[in-house]
Amino acid sequence: MGRTLFEKIWDKHVVESFDDGNDLIYIDRIFLHERTGSIALQNLHDRNIAVRNPKQVFATIDHIVDTIPGRDDETLMPSGKEFIKSLRSSAIRENINFFDLNTPEQGIGHVVSPEQGIALPGLTYICPDSHTCSLGALGTLAWGVGSSECEIALATNTLIKKKPKSIKVNVNGNVNDQVSAKDIVLYLISNYGANGADGSAVEFGGNVIDQMGIEARLTLCNMSVEFGAMTGIIQPDEKVFEYLRGKKYAPTLDQIQEAEKYWRKLKSDKDAEYSEIIDIDCDQVGTFVTWGTSPEHAIDLNEKIPSLNEIDDETKKDSAKKALEYMGLNEGETLMGKKIDAAFIGSCTNSRLSDLRIAASILKDKKVSNGVKAICVPGSSKVKKDAENEGLDEIFISAGFEWRESGCSMCFYAGGESFGLSERVISSTNRNFENRQGKSTRTHLASPATVAASAIKGTIAFPKDLKEDL
Amino acid sequence: MKPINSITGIAAPLLRNNVDTDAIIPSREIKKISKLGLADGLFAEWRYSSVQNRIPDQNFILNKDPFQKSVILLTGENFGCGSSREHAVWALQEWGIKAIIGKSFGSIFYNNCIRNGLLAITLEEKIISGLIKNVEENPSDNHIFIDLIKCSIQCCDKEIFFDIHEKDRSLLIEGLDEIEKVLIYKNNIDSFEADHKKIRPWL
Repeated sequence: MGRTLFEKIWDKHVVESFDDGNDLIYIDRIFLHERTGSIALQNLHDRNIAVRNPKQVFATIDHIVDTIPGRDDETLMPSGKEFIKSLRSSAIRENINFFDLNTPEQGIGHVVSPEQGIALPGLTYICPDSHTCSLGALGTLAWGVGSSECEIALATNTLIKKKPKSIKVNVNGNVNDQVSAKDIVLYLISNYGANGADGSAVEFGGNVIDQMGIEARLTLCNMSVEFGAMTGIIQPDEKVFEYLRGKKYAPTLDQIQEAEKYWRKLKSDKDAEYSEIIDIDCDQVGTFVTWGTSPEHAIDLNEKIPSLNEIDDETKKDSAKKALEYMGLNEGETLMGKKIDAAFIGSCTNSRLSDLRIAASILKDKKVSNGVKAICVPGSSKVKKDAENEGLDEIFISAGFEWRESGCSMCFYAGGESFGLSERVISSTNRNFENRQGKSTRTHLASPATVAASAIKGTIAFPKDLKEDL
Repeated sequence: MKPINSITGIAAPLLRNNVDTDAIIPSREIKKISKLGLADGLFAEWRYSSVQNRIPDQNFILNKDPFQKSVILLTGENFGCGSSREHAVWALQEWGIKAIIGKSFGSIFYNNCIRNGLLAITLEEKIISGLIKNVEENPSDNHIFIDLIKCSIQCCDKEIFFDIHEKDRSLLIEGLDEIEKVLIYKNNIDSFEADHKKIRPWL
C-alpha cells in the first residue's frame, strides 16, 4: 500500500517503534519564542538538563514585545520584559540560535523560519506554538506542542507520539484574483467545522495549491490548527526549492544538489490512503469573513449570517446564539456594510510581503475612513525592510495606517495594547475568540485585501467593490 | 507528576463547543514565567463580572454552589482548541480540576493534559448529556467516580466505560517523567542521529 507524504517523513524519523502503537520520533528543529520558550528553557535549567543540540534550536522575540517604533525590552504589558530577558539569558546560556530585538532576523517565528531557511522540506519541526503548522507549506512536518513536550524535545531531540490519520484536501478550479488562501481556508473551516480534522494531518493539493505562491501556502497551512488538524502539509515543488536557495540556514552550495534530489522524492504515492478526502471547488469560494467567535463561524460576504433555526445541533445552536450576542449581530443579517472601528493587518497568518503588497494595491492613493483605527504590523524585520524598499510603507502611512515594528502585536491581548471595549475590528489574523484582541472586542477574520478595502470604506466591504467604486 | 488511579467528586457542566485556551486562561492573566499563580485567572472573562476588580459573576457555573468545589468538568466539542499555552492546563489544575470529560479536545491541549496528569476523557455527546442530567438533579450528592484502572465512569448506579490510549493511561497511572522514560533509549537516539545526519548532512 502506498504512503502519504506525511507518512513518509514520519517513517524516516522513527527512532523506535513501541508495541502500543507509539513511535519515538526524531525532531530536527525546535523553535522558541519568549512567551512559551522561556518557561521550557527555565524548567530544563532548573532540572540541570542541557539542550541536546543547541545548533538545531532557534528562538525569536515576537509575542509580548511592543511593536511601536522605538521599542526596547520595556513592554506595555506589565512584566512582559521578564519574558524577553529570561529568553535572552537562557538562549545565551544554552548557546542556541537567537534572533534578538533589533537584529535583522527578528520577527514572528513562523515568518522568520521560512525566510531564513530554517524550516526545510522533509524535516520534523516543533515549536511551543499552535501555528507551527504554517511551515507545512514547505513540506516540513511541523506541529505545535506545549512547553512540557518542548522540554522533552530540547533534552532528547525526540518525542513519543502516535502517528495520526491523514486527510487530503484537494483545492481545484479556477483561480480567481479576488480569492485568497485566507478565503479558501475560512471556506474549508466553515464547511467542515473547527474540529473538522480532529487531530489528523491534512495534506493540501490540487491545481489551485500548485499555482499558489509560497506565502499563500503558508497562510493556508497556518490555519490548519483552526481546522482541528495536528498539522497541514503541501508537497514541496520547484517553487519551494527556488524559494529556499541561498537562505541563511538552508543547505549550503555543496549540499544543495543532494538536498534537492531528496526533496524531489517527497511525494504522496498515487495509491496512498487517506481517512477522508475533501474536494473544494475554488469556483465556489468567495470573499470570506467571520461573523462569530469561532473560525467556523464564517460566511461568504454575499450570504447572510445563518438563522439559528437552521442549526440542528443544540450545543452548536447555543454557541451560535452566544456568539451573535457577543458580536452584537443578529441572525439572518448581512455582514457587508457593517460599520467597523478598526482594521488590523498582521500576524503569522497574513503579514508577509505578498500580503502587504495586495493590501497596498488597494490602499494606494486612498484614505482610511474617518474614525477607523488602522494598523499594519509586518511579520518580520525583513518583511518590513523589503516592504520599505518597495515604498509600501509610504502607501500605508499616507492612507492613514500606522506602520509598526514586527511582532505578533494585537493578534491577541496580552495585557499591553488592545482594541477597545466592544470595538468591531476587521483583522487579517487567525482567531476571532471572545476577548482575544481586547476586552469585548469583536473580531472579524478576513484576508488582507478585505481588511484594506474595509478600512477605506469604514464598513465591511468586498475588495472588488472598492476597486470598481472608488 | 503524581500517579492517578481514580478521581471522584463534583462535576460541573460547561456544555459549550470550542472552549478555547484564550477563554480558559486569557493571555493577560499569564503574568509570570511560572506554572503557578494561574488559578486566579482561570476563565477570567467568564468568571468575573469585573475582571479588574475580581468580582465573581454568580451566573458562571464554577461560582455557583456546590460547583466551586468541582473536580471534574463536563463539556462539549473541541475543548482546549486554539493557542498551545500549557498554562490552560496548569490553571485548571491549580483551581482544582482533575479530569475533563468532553466530546473532543484540541490535540495540543489534550497532550498537555496527559503530560501534567490532568485526565481528559472523550465520550459521545449523548452520554455526556446523560451525565449532566444526573449531576444537575443533585450536584452535591451525585458525584462522578472515574476509575482509570477499569476505564470506567460511575454516577448514580450507572457505569460507563471509556477508551483511552494505553500510553496515556500508563503515563497517568505511573506518573512517570517522560524525559527519563525517553532517555532509556539514549543509545538508540545517538545512533539514529549519527546515521540521519550522515545521509542528510544539511540537517
